[in-house]
Amino acid sequence: MAEERKYKKPVPRIDEESKGFWEACQRHELYVQKCRACGVFRYYSRALCPTCLSSDTEWVLSSGRGTVYTYTVTYQNQAAGFRDELPYVLAYVELDEGVRMLTNIVGCAPEDVKVGMPVEVSFDDVTPEVTLPKFKPAS
Amino acid sequence: MGFDRKAVIAGVYEHPTRFAPDKTMFQIHAESARGALEDAGLAIKDVDGYFTSGVGPIGVLSMAEHLNLQPRYLDSTSIGGSSFVAHVTHAAAAIAAGLCEVALITYGSTASSDRFAVGTGGGFAGDPPDHFEGPFGPTVLGSYALVAQRHMYEFGTTSEQLAEIAVTIRRHASLNPVAKFRESITVDDVLASRIVSSPLHLLDCCIISDGGGAVVVTSAERARDLKKQSVLVLGGSEACCHTAMGKRDLTDMAAKQSGPRAMAMAGVTHKDIDMCMIYDSFTITVLETLENLGFCKKGEGGAFVQNGRIGLGGALPVNTDGGGLSSNHPGMRGIFLVIEATKQLRGECGPRQVKDCEVALCHGTGGMLGLRHSGATLVLGKG
Repeated sequence: MAEERKYKKPVPRIDEESKGFWEACQRHELYVQKCRACGVFRYYSRALCPTCLSSDTEWVLSSGRGTVYTYTVTYQNQAAGFRDELPYVLAYVELDEGVRMLTNIVGCAPEDVKVGMPVEVSFDDVTPEVTLPKFKPAS
Repeated sequence: MGFDRKAVIAGVYEHPTRFAPDKTMFQIHAESARGALEDAGLAIKDVDGYFTSGVGPIGVLSMAEHLNLQPRYLDSTSIGGSSFVAHVTHAAAAIAAGLCEVALITYGSTASSDRFAVGTGGGFAGDPPDHFEGPFGPTVLGSYALVAQRHMYEFGTTSEQLAEIAVTIRRHASLNPVAKFRESITVDDVLASRIVSSPLHLLDCCIISDGGGAVVVTSAERARDLKKQSVLVLGGSEACCHTAMGKRDLTDMAAKQSGPRAMAMAGVTHKDIDMCMIYDSFTITVLETLENLGFCKKGEGGAFVQNGRIGLGGALPVNTDGGGLSSNHPGMRGIFLVIEATKQLRGECGPRQVKDCEVALCHGTGGMLGLRHSGATLVLGKG
């Protein structure tokens, strides 16, 4: 029984550069990094700002709102876990903070997803250690 | 500037197989090397520079051992399918600098007989960006589909326009006796094929084959003693394109950077190019590449590929061998771009020959277009 319910899809490695992001997701908070030295926002999480190489990082709480920048409804994926959940929607969401993140659109039929559609973050507690930020149509 | 016409392609060989369950990929590399060296009129003992990707765990070493090579120049550049296009540029630079004189580039793969799901196998490489992507299920194919969807949204590009690319390249494949799929298809056939990851249909996607090839690059001086007409390496450049900290425009490609540089180095403009070999992992790859190379403006790619422009007899024939979409795609097809362009410039293509072919452009795209990819542009000229 436990084997059947085992989460088969990849989970992120939570390390020194990324734990701020993933621990916040567990609290159902979406954070984006901003460099304190040069002010540039970045996604995904890194210890150093790629623009100016500063280690001085600010974590900015995102509103969790954005729009679908692009998406695809995937009907074929041989990988474990994903092959049991076809079709699913892979998308880039552009957050109001101006950065785009790869995610899944959930909470609606795949055929209802449109580019430009307003969305809001929907946290998925996939394992006791990992929560993934997915997005659903904005209410 | 550039290579000063010091480096030439002296030999090319495309392995005729598309399904070889009785061969290892190492064997395909070796048979391809033999074919290219024979084509060049050189011997394996002449090789002093070796380039490859995708075979063995430690760059060129496994294949160098398999071929018993002791090169003085090694290059394992592994940037996806474009690697072999970049290898030609690197070989030309090494030759121009006197670091080697006879450069051998080989490729081989048994993706088809291994039943390797090149585009839809998922896979999680474990690099920092993967940890923010893998959990959501991007496939190679899905990453290209994300780009196609955005392109349709921004410019109104249609599935019919993408299908034209597949139809045209299939027509070219019908003239290539070793192409895997040669039966003609129509736009309706493409649109009727199943959606694999929206908006891409099955026939928008490259085939999976076994295969391989090799290229020999040498100095112009050395080539003077060889019997076949050699092809000049006029210019080359490479670039990479990724998520850019979350701000990448998906209609931009690495080609936008590498194309102008390679053409400037070669001293050519768009009107000088007689044919193009454009990496066609998917129809959208070809369309966006043409825009990013500057053959047309962003958003005009759809119209550009219609009405026979990219077909044989048109203003800019593309992928006269039948491409990855119809002829040969064992996982990485960059070497075939170089091979076909060389044959075109030598006038060896028979029924698929481009008339008066004097300058050819190759552009390889490696990796996952919508996540991170490489671009390698190469400009070749009739010797």
